[in-house]
Amino acid sequence: MKSWLTTTDHKRIGLLYFWTAFGFFLIGGTEALVIRAQLVRPEGIGVSAETFNQLFTMHGTTMIFLALMPLSAAFFNFIIPLQIGARDVAFPRLNAFSYWVFLLGGLLLNASFVAGPLFGADRLSVAPDAGWFGYANLTSRQFSPGPNVDFWLLGLQILGIASLAAGFNFIVTILNMRAPGMRMLRLPPFTWMTLITQFLVITAFPVITVALVLLMFDRFFGTHFFLPAGGGDPILWQHLFWMFGHPEVYILILPAMGIISEVLPTFSRKPLFGYTVVVYSGVVIAFLGWSVWAHHMFATGLGPIADSVFAGTTMLIAIPTGVKIFNWIGTLWGGQLRFTTALLFAVGFIAMFIIGGLSGVTHAAAPADLQQTDTYYVVAHIHYVLFGGTILGLFAGMYYWWPKMTGRMLSETLGRWHFWLTIIGMNLAFFPMHLSGLFGMPRRIYTYSADLGVTRFNQLSTIGAFIIGIATLIFFWNLLSTRRRPINAPHNPWGGATLEWAIPSPPPVYNFTVIPTVANRLPLWQTERHAPMEPLPERPPAPIHVPGGSWWPMITAFGLPVMAIGALSRLLLIVLVGAAVVIVGIYRWAYEPFET
Amino acid sequence: MPLLLAVVLVVLTACSGPFPQSALAPRSDFSTSLDHLFTNIFWWAVVVFLIVEALLLYAIGRYRARAGAAAPKPAHGHTALEIGWTLAPALILVFIAVPTMRTIFETAGNAPEGALRVEVIGHQWWWEYRYPTLGIGAANELHVPLRTPVQLEMTSADVIHSFWVPRLAGKRDLIQGRINRIEFSADSTGEYWGQCAEFCGASHANMRLRVVVQVDTAFQAWVDRQRAGPAAPAKGSPAELGQQVFRRSACIACHTITGISQGKVGPDLSHVGGRGTIAGALFPNNTETLRRWIMNAPALKPGALMTPQNLSPQDLDAVIAYLQSLK
Amino acid sequence: MAHAHRTSMGLDSRKMAFWAFIGSECLLFGSLISTYLVYKGRSLVGPYPHEILNIPFTSFSTFDLLMSSLAMVLALAAVQRGDMKQGKLWLLVTALLGLVFLGGQFWEFSHFVREGLGLTTNLFGSTFYVLTGTHGAHVTVGVIWLLTLWVQALRGKLGPGQAMTVEITGLYWHFVDVVWIVIFTVVYLIQ
Repeated sequence: MKSWLTTTDHKRIGLLYFWTAFGFFLIGGTEALVIRAQLVRPEGIGVSAETFNQLFTMHGTTMIFLALMPLSAAFFNFIIPLQIGARDVAFPRLNAFSYWVFLLGGLLLNASFVAGPLFGADRLSVAPDAGWFGYANLTSRQFSPGPNVDFWLLGLQILGIASLAAGFNFIVTILNMRAPGMRMLRLPPFTWMTLITQFLVITAFPVITVALVLLMFDRFFGTHFFLPAGGGDPILWQHLFWMFGHPEVYILILPAMGIISEVLPTFSRKPLFGYTVVVYSGVVIAFLGWSVWAHHMFATGLGPIADSVFAGTTMLIAIPTGVKIFNWIGTLWGGQLRFTTALLFAVGFIAMFIIGGLSGVTHAAAPADLQQTDTYYVVAHIHYVLFGGTILGLFAGMYYWWPKMTGRMLSETLGRWHFWLTIIGMNLAFFPMHLSGLFGMPRRIYTYSADLGVTRFNQLSTIGAFIIGIATLIFFWNLLSTRRRPINAPHNPWGGATLEWAIPSPPPVYNFTVIPTVANRLPLWQTERHAPMEPLPERPPAPIHVPGGSWWPMITAFGLPVMAIGALSRLLLIVLVGAAVVIVGIYRWAYEPFET
Repeated sequence: MPLLLAVVLVVLTACSGPFPQSALAPRSDFSTSLDHLFTNIFWWAVVVFLIVEALLLYAIGRYRARAGAAAPKPAHGHTALEIGWTLAPALILVFIAVPTMRTIFETAGNAPEGALRVEVIGHQWWWEYRYPTLGIGAANELHVPLRTPVQLEMTSADVIHSFWVPRLAGKRDLIQGRINRIEFSADSTGEYWGQCAEFCGASHANMRLRVVVQVDTAFQAWVDRQRAGPAAPAKGSPAELGQQVFRRSACIACHTITGISQGKVGPDLSHVGGRGTIAGALFPNNTETLRRWIMNAPALKPGALMTPQNLSPQDLDAVIAYLQSLK
Repeated sequence: MAHAHRTSMGLDSRKMAFWAFIGSECLLFGSLISTYLVYKGRSLVGPYPHEILNIPFTSFSTFDLLMSSLAMVLALAAVQRGDMKQGKLWLLVTALLGLVFLGGQFWEFSHFVREGLGLTTNLFGSTFYVLTGTHGAHVTVGVIWLLTLWVQALRGKLGPGQAMTVEITGLYWHFVDVVWIVIFTVVYLIQ
């Protein structure tokens, strides 16, 4: 147990991320099911309006920050060092720190569900309730007097620190710790997409940090950054938020695109079609992603010139995205496709993501968007790209890399059930939302009029959501029940081409007995251009030094929620105690002997 | 295939109307422009969707691994293909971008000369309207004349709201400290439904509205009624008793009835009897709904600032009669 | 501290990480400076910048910070060549000059508050204090960092083998200085 608390091993940290994130995914999914249960009938009384508003806020916040990003991080952690031929990441303790900060931030956010009595509230839950993008000036102290929004802005600041730290770590790892011969254009596509994602993280998160700090000042210290009464402009919040928010959606999708760029070639027995184009299109998406943010603000009255510019840039970004889809199809084309569950999910990704991408193009037309934005149409878009895209991609990764991470194979039978129920469920849940939106159902409403005519669509959506729930539980059962299997997965159960498949499943603590020298993009394959790499020795030629663990990342991490609790309770002393923990933690960390 | 199933189910369901808040049944120049633009892009999207899905389905059907088949032919890429499938989407996007830019400028919200100006002020959770050139005001129910350019100049008294009447106009946000404009000209008479489309707190779901498009004569008649003072209740009628109850109750703190009270927190009630709905277009305007609303508004509309009123049944009946008389 | 391994790009990993961090910080300060610029001229009430900013005084602060960067360069050069006597001296001088800057900020802010410009007085006050306060917090961290190195040097634990650490400290310090130049230009000089 202690070894898990002090671990700095990227593989263990990856598993910690996985299970923690999956837990939050189940929580976020439960929130969604309550929302759908409420909306199955019009003018229904289920949960109160206040509770509903907390539910959709927490569903969005949890899924984005506590489930999807950390599930991707689970793979960054476990797989990246293996793919580049390294023994660990550049800064193992910083890596552990990122995990603990994530866990504690997530716990703080969710603690709000039961913290009501501590704040003298008349209800148990004071969970954030202003939407996952917390628009000013609803988030002002005047219109959101309780601690709900405080939990949100403090929790997100903490989570931002976790993401930033990981961002620096993985950029240096990927750039600086590659095995000899692993030139940049020989990197596996997942590693490339991860690198691009981390650059987006370290540039986008400071912007939301500033936005949250300014909001914190408005709420705690009486400034008027977003308050018209003092000359401030609520729209500034939207600009700052979306300057982060748009790169954030690419942060969410690029890793999943990287995963399927690995899965498709392996199960087609063909290299990724257009590797260089796929890599460069990722880079282009990252740059263009900075130019489109105000397409989230077409209804705010930016003016026709700004509307036109952002409509144009948004349409432009469809091009590199579309190019990837064609290259993925090109990978399958002419291949020998083995339909393992991983490949099913990867194909599902393509089939579903294109729908989300196309509804995105309809959003890009600013005037048309005036009928779509803030309605269930955009909820449909979001879920086709984030569920049909990111989540299906992550599931593909789970089925693909589970043997490597645990040494056990997942059940393919349960996998098929999981896949088909998920696809049926998600289409039933989210396709009708295009129509409920176009027929006039706004988003974030706890009830709707029976006269709108959208009842039937809502019923379908609810049924679909519960089917997704069942599918997910089947997957969860798959994860748990296969723990009883013996740990006997081969090095390379799927016949993959990249370095992670050259070593045992699960890998030994030092990963590689000998750091390989890489000569091409597909080291483990025989191709028309080259022979496969020589197998690595079974045992290391000399003992390999592996750094031990450390308490300081976890201890330092603890200081952050303590500071947040001090802020929540308006006790400066506690804030200072938390800060002291952080400072002492950093000093002990810095002076601790730790050889990588 | 599951997607097909979903589409079929949905299309079957969609065939049953009516859809009073539909963006696909435009009744104004503004909403018609938006609908045309959307339809244009929608069909391009369908074409791309069919091509991509067809290619995908073909690939996964045709290239299943068969026992004993030869290893796949190596293929790392194909420059001409890459150029082709980069340029083709780019070209389609040009066909989408041009009408988009045109429509953006057409619908920017600037009114022609002689447009009817209406100021819209959003409140949590109701709509206030002022007609500066006509010298009248209204709440929740907006009346406009047929085939006349109407310019809405919108702002908020508190948080961000969004005015959305899909059949007449796309939405634009109401933001404190700013004025956003919508300009449209309705081409059919009728009552159009709308709703706030920017999350604005506890009763966002309950902030609804109606737009009544009338021929000139009917519109003028409505304007004249609004301009006139509130109807004086007949002597000895229940409405007169109701007026007295109103005068001595908490109502006067929040509501205006010209000549009687000057409250500004809630909607002006001088002509509330003539409205089709109450409580932010949440309920039809009748005796029963008025009773339940006055007795306990927050129970029906969470967060509503209107406190439950402790009136005796007779007083309540009288107030209701009074309000209904204010046509 | 870890000794250097072979790295793919030939650059020490800690230095690379630090440059990434600086890139990130550019976005942080960029957002704060943008907020300042967006709200420039939009305060509803005074005091306004031209009434209260003291350019001669702040020019001196700026000069002080620039000199501290020079001291930092000298400190690094000394450590790199193993002259720990000079190394200790210049590290301390850098820290002291940083403290002088902070003292100046403190004095300036107190003066502004007495003149009626508080954090919540108007948009100028809010954006000014948050921007310069964030910068000041960064300087404070830098001073603590420098003094920590100085103490380490006093104990004989800092030498040419730790030159990379001192170099990274220098990177941080110069970055904080450059940010100040931008703030000084945007807030004080361009009014």
